[in-house]
Amino acid sequence: MALTNKVLRVNLSNGTCESEATNAEWAKKYLGQRGLATKYMVEEVDPKVDALSADNKLIFATGPLTGTAAPTSGRWSVITKSPLTGAIACSNSGGFFGAEMKNAGWDMIIFEGKSDGPVYLDITNDQAELKDASNMWGKTVWETEDMLREIRGDNDIRCASIGPAGESGVLFAAVVNDKDRAAGRSGVGTVMGSKNLKAIAVRGTVGTQVGDAMKFMQAAGAAKQILADNAVTGEGLPTYGTQVLMNVINETGALPTRNANDVQFEGASKIGGEAMHEIRESDGQANLVSNNACFGCPISCARISKIDPEHFTVKGRPEYQINSGGLEYESAWSLGAATGVDDLEALTYCNFICNELGMDPISLGSTIAAAMDLYKEGAITDEDTGGMKLEFGNTKALVAIVEATGRGEGFGVEIGQGSRRMCEKYGRPELSMTVKSQEFPAYDPRGIQGMGLTYATSNRGACHLRSYTVASEVLGIPEKTDPLTPDGKAGLVKAFQDATAVVDSSGTCIFTTFALTMDDIAPMIDADLEGDWSSETLMELGERVWNLERKFNMDAGLTAADDTLPQRLLKEAAKTGPAKGKVNELDKMLPEYYELRGWTADGVPSNETLDRLKL
Amino acid sequence: MKHVIVGAGPAGVTAAETLRKADPDGEVTLVGGEADPPYGRMAIPYFLIGNIADSGTFLRKSDDPYDGQGIRYVQGIAEDLAADDGKLTLADGQQLDFDKLLISTGSHPIKPPIDGLDLPAVHHCWTLQDARDICGLIGEGKDVVLMGAGFIGCIIMEALALSGSNLTVIEAQDRMVPRMMNKTAGDMIANWCRSKGVNVMTSAKVTGVAEDGGKLSITVDNGETLPADLLVVATGVRSNMDFASGSGIDMDIGIKVDDHLQSSINSIYAAGDVAQGPDFSTGGWDVHAVQPTSVDHGRIAALNMAGHDVTYQGSLNMNVLDTVGLISCSFGLWQGVEGGDSSEKVDTANSRYTLLNFDGDLLVGAVTLGRTDHIGVLRGLIQSRIRLRGWKDKLMEDPNLFVEAYVDLTRT
Amino acid sequence: MVKALHIVVDDCTGCQQCEMACSYKHEGVFNPAKSRIKVFEFKDQGRSVPYTCTQCSDAWCMQACPVDAISVNTQTGAKEVSGDLCVGCKVCTIACPFGTINYNHTSGKVDKCDLCGGEPACVEICPTPALTFIDAETTGMEKMRYWAEKTDQGQTAQT
Repeated sequence: MALTNKVLRVNLSNGTCESEATNAEWAKKYLGQRGLATKYMVEEVDPKVDALSADNKLIFATGPLTGTAAPTSGRWSVITKSPLTGAIACSNSGGFFGAEMKNAGWDMIIFEGKSDGPVYLDITNDQAELKDASNMWGKTVWETEDMLREIRGDNDIRCASIGPAGESGVLFAAVVNDKDRAAGRSGVGTVMGSKNLKAIAVRGTVGTQVGDAMKFMQAAGAAKQILADNAVTGEGLPTYGTQVLMNVINETGALPTRNANDVQFEGASKIGGEAMHEIRESDGQANLVSNNACFGCPISCARISKIDPEHFTVKGRPEYQINSGGLEYESAWSLGAATGVDDLEALTYCNFICNELGMDPISLGSTIAAAMDLYKEGAITDEDTGGMKLEFGNTKALVAIVEATGRGEGFGVEIGQGSRRMCEKYGRPELSMTVKSQEFPAYDPRGIQGMGLTYATSNRGACHLRSYTVASEVLGIPEKTDPLTPDGKAGLVKAFQDATAVVDSSGTCIFTTFALTMDDIAPMIDADLEGDWSSETLMELGERVWNLERKFNMDAGLTAADDTLPQRLLKEAAKTGPAKGKVNELDKMLPEYYELRGWTADGVPSNETLDRLKL
Repeated sequence: MKHVIVGAGPAGVTAAETLRKADPDGEVTLVGGEADPPYGRMAIPYFLIGNIADSGTFLRKSDDPYDGQGIRYVQGIAEDLAADDGKLTLADGQQLDFDKLLISTGSHPIKPPIDGLDLPAVHHCWTLQDARDICGLIGEGKDVVLMGAGFIGCIIMEALALSGSNLTVIEAQDRMVPRMMNKTAGDMIANWCRSKGVNVMTSAKVTGVAEDGGKLSITVDNGETLPADLLVVATGVRSNMDFASGSGIDMDIGIKVDDHLQSSINSIYAAGDVAQGPDFSTGGWDVHAVQPTSVDHGRIAALNMAGHDVTYQGSLNMNVLDTVGLISCSFGLWQGVEGGDSSEKVDTANSRYTLLNFDGDLLVGAVTLGRTDHIGVLRGLIQSRIRLRGWKDKLMEDPNLFVEAYVDLTRT
Repeated sequence: MVKALHIVVDDCTGCQQCEMACSYKHEGVFNPAKSRIKVFEFKDQGRSVPYTCTQCSDAWCMQACPVDAISVNTQTGAKEVSGDLCVGCKVCTIACPFGTINYNHTSGKVDKCDLCGGEPACVEICPTPALTFIDAETTGMEKMRYWAEKTDQGQTAQT
């Protein structure tokens, strides 16, 4: 019921916008959002397609809970083939755009083809039209949103757009919505740019219905109570945001530092959640202004920050002396610990730039870290960098290269290709901290073994959000496991992967799973949709989605050989902390994982598995 | 204390109710001029469409809203006022003694000096009875001409259009609703109405009306001659104050009242369409013939009649209009003030328009088309004289952000 | 004891659950666009401001209504719109200086906060202390009165 049962198909080549019915059979098997859109990709797109060609498709998708009163109902995704990884890409975002799209009456928007010139999609409920965006091309995300609001004369519209990074082909360009939320990873913004699609502006006043409203409100109310009572979702995340992790992970000895040369960062406490609360001497204010919620979210982990007006990054630049999306753990790590920079204000500024110009801070920071490693090793010199001293810990160089990358200028063009391509170009591929060409995030698999398997097997390239075993290995959710042992991690990873696929297909946020189990989530979906939805059917659905993504990737040409980690993680032992002397023991986990998945030793889903999952 | 209220529109009824509470021991007499119980003119279009019965237009819905509440209700038309004697004489000879009198007799429509406007198929649509009279003359296939596209004409225009009649609107000035809208907005409304099938003529005057084979034949100075089953004349109204002309009371376009709604004669007050009272925006005196002003007048006049000392800060000119589905509003000095800034946003494709006029960093007037949400804050911004500070620049750039400005400035 | 909806702006995270609860209660659908409470977002200030009718004693909307369609619920003090009586003339929408009574294009009538008959759904669902329903005397009524007086001094002088 809380699918709108409508898909908007936009052909950018011939400028048409047409409504069609959502495939109900597929929705039963793949739920919505990540799962359902992947099914459309598998059915409609040749996996071998050039991701930046007109033949690739770009899908904006909501889930059945998006736009409802379920907690964290603001989630939505962009699904396409990634230009960074060559694999399926599914980038999730929060904010308000997804709920607005749902309230306008759309489960999904499928973009196909390529526009001759810059366009944006203008949606008001069932009215959708492509409009000229020539005057927006080259503008930042922030400028674009302001322009769209003014053009529409309606402050209540919601926007998703790309910035200059997405236009200039930065391979990790993001689709940014509501100015500081993003479908960040895997270059979904690059695909959008390749299609000459600048933005989507949407106003939805139709609203979202659920099947059995009484039952639904009860289930949602129960889930909210659990979230409120939980230490992580009720207290830790609201107070410190994801930045609650900075000191925790550093102490765990799993904070990849200076391109993973180290696993602990001496400056961690200066860039973490506690530091954001500290009153600055300069202006008597803290970096953190407030926490903020996405649509329907009782957790409100998002940070609103203001940079010290006297800081060199913003001094004399009032346009940056505003309250905007502050550092998350991942961005504080990637822009900070990974590059060895411990200047909180500078990192906040770099994060603003990522939002404003439309880039994934994880890939950006990690690629800059790799460049710093290349620079240290002498593989690149001042001649390559245009005089930029890309030394670990050089704050000014970090700020300069972040801006240059977003604008597609100077050495920023090389950074924009991502770490794998850049390191290969300069003859040191081993310095790239990537899996399937995507930069890994803020957890060092030498200190948290399960994250090694997580990265290696993630269907979208290295990523923490496909199976966040940190929850178990560090935080003890749902139960504590030893982060230093590979034992039992295969099963843990599989369970997390399948559950995450369900949540990502539902329209809610993975952060709920710090507190909610599938038994808490299933009743909401069951009250919402026709049919019987139990934990068991949902977990099987999650496994189905996982295998479907795997199939797309295999057909795209990826193999088991791609299920690996950077040599540094496998060969160079951690130098300090609890994991001192450890490498990641992927070889002990991967075969077990394949077996648990019902895949062959070569990582191919067996026919038996495919049959069991009705694939 | 004997209070007499002559005129039972919104101003009179509000005054009677206020007096009943404010002076529990006094006598309150309310004189209504029409056969129907007091009703709201703004509801007439909905009666014409058939959305409501005539009782749906009544100002009060309870069983016995007047006599039952201690308000003596008298039907009659005021004919003479002897201020010194404290006597009001009605047309039927009845005499009412008063210590305090409120004149809230409203206004009546006027016909311009054009031949043929006395023909039977020529009507006003002013009173509930007028509405009943024209109900039978409109409908599918009927040719209807509306003369005058001012506020009063426009509020019934939608009803005439929705009836299925072939409707032509003739406005002498260069745009629709000329006293409420500037040229841009007036033209946008005209274009909207045309797109809804209404034939709109502006800068056009009716020069003559004749009867021709059972139908009216209306000659327009643009060369056209229109056949019509009904001609509705809505070319203006005039205050009902002739009965007071011998009393020595000060009158101009209405009965002049001060900031206590008191007339030049101490015992007499005036409220509503008949009162020429203080204008919030100009500091001058004007007639603002709109419902909110009428009830404000009625209440404040009544409180002063009851012996309170209540100062009225002046009425704000404001209107809301629904022309065949396009909703427009105007507030205050929508024409702007000399030396003041103006911020305008035109969205022709979506029939949306916003105009804000400032005096320094105060909002003094506004016009909107095509938006309804939180529209009342325009009154708040103007009448609370809220300093816009930094929002002035933002509104100069994008006038559509006025609700955000109000909320931000008042909710800290 | 009359209770009032108390809004603490600093506690609002902008999640809009209140808008969903309100629209669900009144329209049977999750639809912020049809909510009687609206959260205004001031992005560059990092501020979210829930905004709805204060049930002001002046009740400009009620006084301006030409057909007696707005009345006071004596139990809750809320000014309630009668859907049966409202003709949709919109006079109240310009009369209310707070802009908290709005025309609903679907129903052809006006909507405003009615305090849900004394159990406001927005308060029930709010995950923070931003919205509470408490003794009217202890709420920020003074602030509301301040703006009411500024809007029309003549009208509040009677109280």
